[in-house]
Amino acid sequence: MLELKGVSKSFVTNGERHEVLRNINLSVKDGEFVSMIGPSGSGKTTLFQLIGGLNELDTGEIWLEGNNITGERGHIAYMPQQASLLPWYSVKRNIALALQIAGAGKKEAQQQAEQWLERVGLAEYSDEYPYKLSGGMSQRVSFLRALLSPQKLMLLDEPFGALDALTRLHMQQWLLSIWEQNRRSVLLVTHSIDEALMLSDRIVVLSSHPATVVQEVSVPFDRPRSGELWSTAEFNELKQLIYGLLQAQGAG
Amino acid sequence: MDSRKRLWSSIWPPALMLLLIFIVWELIVRYELVYSWLIPSPIGVGQEMINSWSRLMEHWLATMQLTLLGFVGGALSGIALAMLLHFIPIIRRAMYPVLILSQNIPVIVIAPILTMLLGFGMLPKVLLIVLVCFFPICIAMLGGLAQIDYSLNNYMRMIGSNKWQTFIHLELPSALSNVFSGLKIAASYSVLSAVVAEWLSPKVGLGGFMILSSRGYMPERVFATVLLIVMTSLLLFWLVTLLERLCIRWRPRKEAS
Ligand SMILES: Nc1ncnc2c1ncn2[C@@H]1O[C@H](COP(=O)(O)OP(=O)(O)O)[C@@H](O)[C@H]1O
Ligand SMILES: [Mg+2]
Repeated sequence: MLELKGVSKSFVTNGERHEVLRNINLSVKDGEFVSMIGPSGSGKTTLFQLIGGLNELDTGEIWLEGNNITGERGHIAYMPQQASLLPWYSVKRNIALALQIAGAGKKEAQQQAEQWLERVGLAEYSDEYPYKLSGGMSQRVSFLRALLSPQKLMLLDEPFGALDALTRLHMQQWLLSIWEQNRRSVLLVTHSIDEALMLSDRIVVLSSHPATVVQEVSVPFDRPRSGELWSTAEFNELKQLIYGLLQAQGAG
Repeated sequence: MDSRKRLWSSIWPPALMLLLIFIVWELIVRYELVYSWLIPSPIGVGQEMINSWSRLMEHWLATMQLTLLGFVGGALSGIALAMLLHFIPIIRRAMYPVLILSQNIPVIVIAPILTMLLGFGMLPKVLLIVLVCFFPICIAMLGGLAQIDYSLNNYMRMIGSNKWQTFIHLELPSALSNVFSGLKIAASYSVLSAVVAEWLSPKVGLGGFMILSSRGYMPERVFATVLLIVMTSLLLFWLVTLLERLCIRWRPRKEAS
């Protein structure tokens, strides 16, 4: 599905060159949920921008479904940290816009948006403007928008980073339940080990300065997963393992 | 009901203020603190307004026609130029300083030049208003287009939106309230420039009527005309504000201060 082959990137600021990503190799299989976890400032957003085609890479290639998409835009569905809903469009039109830009017809896009809002119990918000939505509600819409986009791969960049702990927990459960019924390939960036373990099939642990792949940890829990998962011994063992890996980075 | 109450509460304070000014003014003239042939009394002006209402309306229609033509022309060309400069950055870099500079040329100076070049017809007058209106609109829109929200822009680019889609769905709506600020400034300018343009060939229009009345030593009539000009200016401003409310409905409305 997605394959990053030896991706490197450095930025030059004030004549000084610093390396952000070094030789990143990473893949996401069809219908797989992969999380990237790494220190803040390690270059996760930068990596997403490379996949999205907003920035040029120094070396390496990006392949999606057997095509080299290095430097091309429009191949991914995206959910950013801030909900980034257009304030002048209703919830329905915001979702529809993402589909339209991906090539869908306007009418068809709006119908699909409406159907899905109904299906996930948000029909009453369909015609609201974004300023009326709470943070959690905005993120739900933002997720739906990415989920409905026809692109095969979803990139989620710390989607719940700005939410309070309780809302965050609700959102994880919500996302999990929807995603498990509608499998898509997902690459998620997060700070939270719990979140990564709860949601993903595989976790990629990154170092920083420059970011390299330290280790990949596969998450063997069965799906559908329940909210009780976090209390099992296996969950906590994995948590310890990843915590250790990150700790070793942070100290360096 | 609620909006009517809000409207009312935004109307009465300035209305009361105006009334107060009129009363003081009337008293000043009554007690002959100034010569009444220099400054007419408000009641005199009111009477004159009633007496020459039909002639005033005739001239008002002419001025209104000129103003609207110029205003709409200025708005369209201002928006079009802003789009051009926005889409072709090299032109923006070349033109922007020139635009700012040209804003310093006063209308009073441009008017006779235009008349010299194009004669006394309708065209130089409309052109004058277009010129005056188009600067504030163009500059305001460019300002709006320069402050696009970073994360929204990033989102649009990530999902593969092209330049035109980004303009239609992000940049234009985002710059809309700036465009309306420009339109409001231009609305007031357009009435005033129409009046100045009419001074040049005082046949029809409030500007011409005013000049002729002042030459004929009719201060009441001059003041009545000025009053009508001010009210026209306010009317146009209000129309633009109304249009803005109709166009921008996606955010909580700010109370008028
Ligand atoms: N356009 C840019 N120019 C210069 N430096 C950048 C740019 N974008 C990101 N960086 C730098 O790259 C590093 C990684 O940033 P980022 O990808 O946002 O990290 P993360 O998302 O993992 O928190 C930071 O040190 C940041 O300063
Ligand atoms: Mg980031």
